[in-house]
Amino acid sequence: MSRKRDITGGLFIGVTAFSALLIIAVIVILLVVIIIGGKGTFSWEFLTSFPQDGMMKGGIFPAIYGTVFLVLIMSIAAVPFGTITAIYLTEYASEKSILAQSIRFAVRTLATVPSIIFGLFGLGFFIKFVGGGMDNLFLGGQLKWGQPSILWASLTMALLTLPVVIVSVEEAIRTVPREMREASLALGATKWETILRIVLPGSRSGIMTGTILAVSRGAGEVAPILFTGAAYYLATLPTSLSDQFMNLGYHIYIMATQSANVDKTLPIQFATTMVLLLLTFTLNLTAVIIRARLRRKTK
Amino acid sequence: MKETKIKTRDLTLYYGAKMALNSISLDIPENEVTAFIGPSGCGKSTFLRTLNRMNDLIPTVRITGEVLVDTLNIYDKQIDVVNLRKKVGMVFQKSNPFTKSIFENVAYGPRINGINHKGQLGEIVENSLKKAFIWDEVKDRLHDSAMGLSGGQQQRMCIARTLAVEPEIILMDEPASALDPISTAKIEELIFELKKNYTIVIVTHNMQQAARVSDLTAFFYLGELIEYGKTKKIFTTPDKKHTEEYITGRFG
Repeated sequence: MSRKRDITGGLFIGVTAFSALLIIAVIVILLVVIIIGGKGTFSWEFLTSFPQDGMMKGGIFPAIYGTVFLVLIMSIAAVPFGTITAIYLTEYASEKSILAQSIRFAVRTLATVPSIIFGLFGLGFFIKFVGGGMDNLFLGGQLKWGQPSILWASLTMALLTLPVVIVSVEEAIRTVPREMREASLALGATKWETILRIVLPGSRSGIMTGTILAVSRGAGEVAPILFTGAAYYLATLPTSLSDQFMNLGYHIYIMATQSANVDKTLPIQFATTMVLLLLTFTLNLTAVIIRARLRRKTK
Repeated sequence: MKETKIKTRDLTLYYGAKMALNSISLDIPENEVTAFIGPSGCGKSTFLRTLNRMNDLIPTVRITGEVLVDTLNIYDKQIDVVNLRKKVGMVFQKSNPFTKSIFENVAYGPRINGINHKGQLGEIVENSLKKAFIWDEVKDRLHDSAMGLSGGQQQRMCIARTLAVEPEIILMDEPASALDPISTAKIEELIFELKKNYTIVIVTHNMQQAARVSDLTAFFYLGELIEYGKTKKIFTTPDKKHTEEYITGRFG
């Protein structure tokens, strides 16, 4: 009896440990394959030059530039909006009010919507409805805003990353001790003065964490920008919000599926993947570190 | 007897359906120290917090009766809570400095009241810290974080922060309960100084402290005001048996 139990127990340890190791193995294999495939192409030159010869040679600078541009505009839209929403949810809405519960439900739902749906929404709402409407209203129907651009792609991406910002900021606001709010109120500060001068500065690291997580998500997602602004190839960098742009994730997709000679672009694909991974890993790691510090501080 | 600064009439407070204060009527004189004593949960802190309407922050609280500060009913609809709290300052049980420099902590109140002139702020900060007996300890590090101060220093800085708003009344909610004996002695000495210019109401768990610092003592039990009078009398010949039992440590 007991021997049988021992064997079952041992087996169970083996199965769980194997599953855990499998995950590590997947990551390691993924990284090794990418690094081996990309290291020959990866160079300073690669990061700073334009693609050449039908994207079979040259670098990925426009894609890096476009990605950075995208997440910048996205952050400018998502961070203030998400922060303000989080303030409303934590400071003003009563937990049980129907409005607060609907907002929370909407935020949760937004977080589970497949990213391609955001892309379609961006196309329908931002480009056709808002952009097209702006063209009709201000430009007499001349096409400028009613087509894919970095602005609409950024706003679409902002919608996708909004839940990340809201949740992070909410969490941070809740870590600001009640005693500090009371101290401020007892000194004759109004509620909004307390929020502005005590609660928000106290939530700085949470706002930062939320921003970084949103940026890292936005840098990696492709589906939302597929119809809303990403371009296959551009000879010049985007200079205006109504321009289209190149993007790292989209660039990988293009080279892997649309290239004239997929095998020839393989080293560039690996190297681009390396850059994208490096970017998102670094961002996520920074967010994790800031969050860990924040948690330690509140304990 | 000095003039009455705060007067409550039939003050009753509910947390939801639970009555926490039952019809409290008492007069607090100007420029004296009034202590509230009683076992945990007797309502003394809750009562203190009705005096600057800090209980407003708890949504389930319901209050009936009157609190008059200088004959003004502070629960009147026309009362501006912000002005009330400038006049009735508060020091909390746990020292609660902002995560800012010492200077910015003390300057916080004046700043929100629109004082931005550097020299004027500096003067207010210096005077407030001096009044709270902490100037000499911090004058060389005004721009360091207040979090680096010891617990006792933090609490005196919080008192300075309260003084910077120029209140007339200071409510203290067990201000020394988390401090060591030396820091406690400093706070008590400070209270003794401050009563010359301020009306002080202090909640304390420490009977000796009440006896040492206060002129008047109110004993609360289960949301009721059991006895209120001169501290000397309460601690030597209380009228109520209950008070005597609590003071002599037979329950509590």
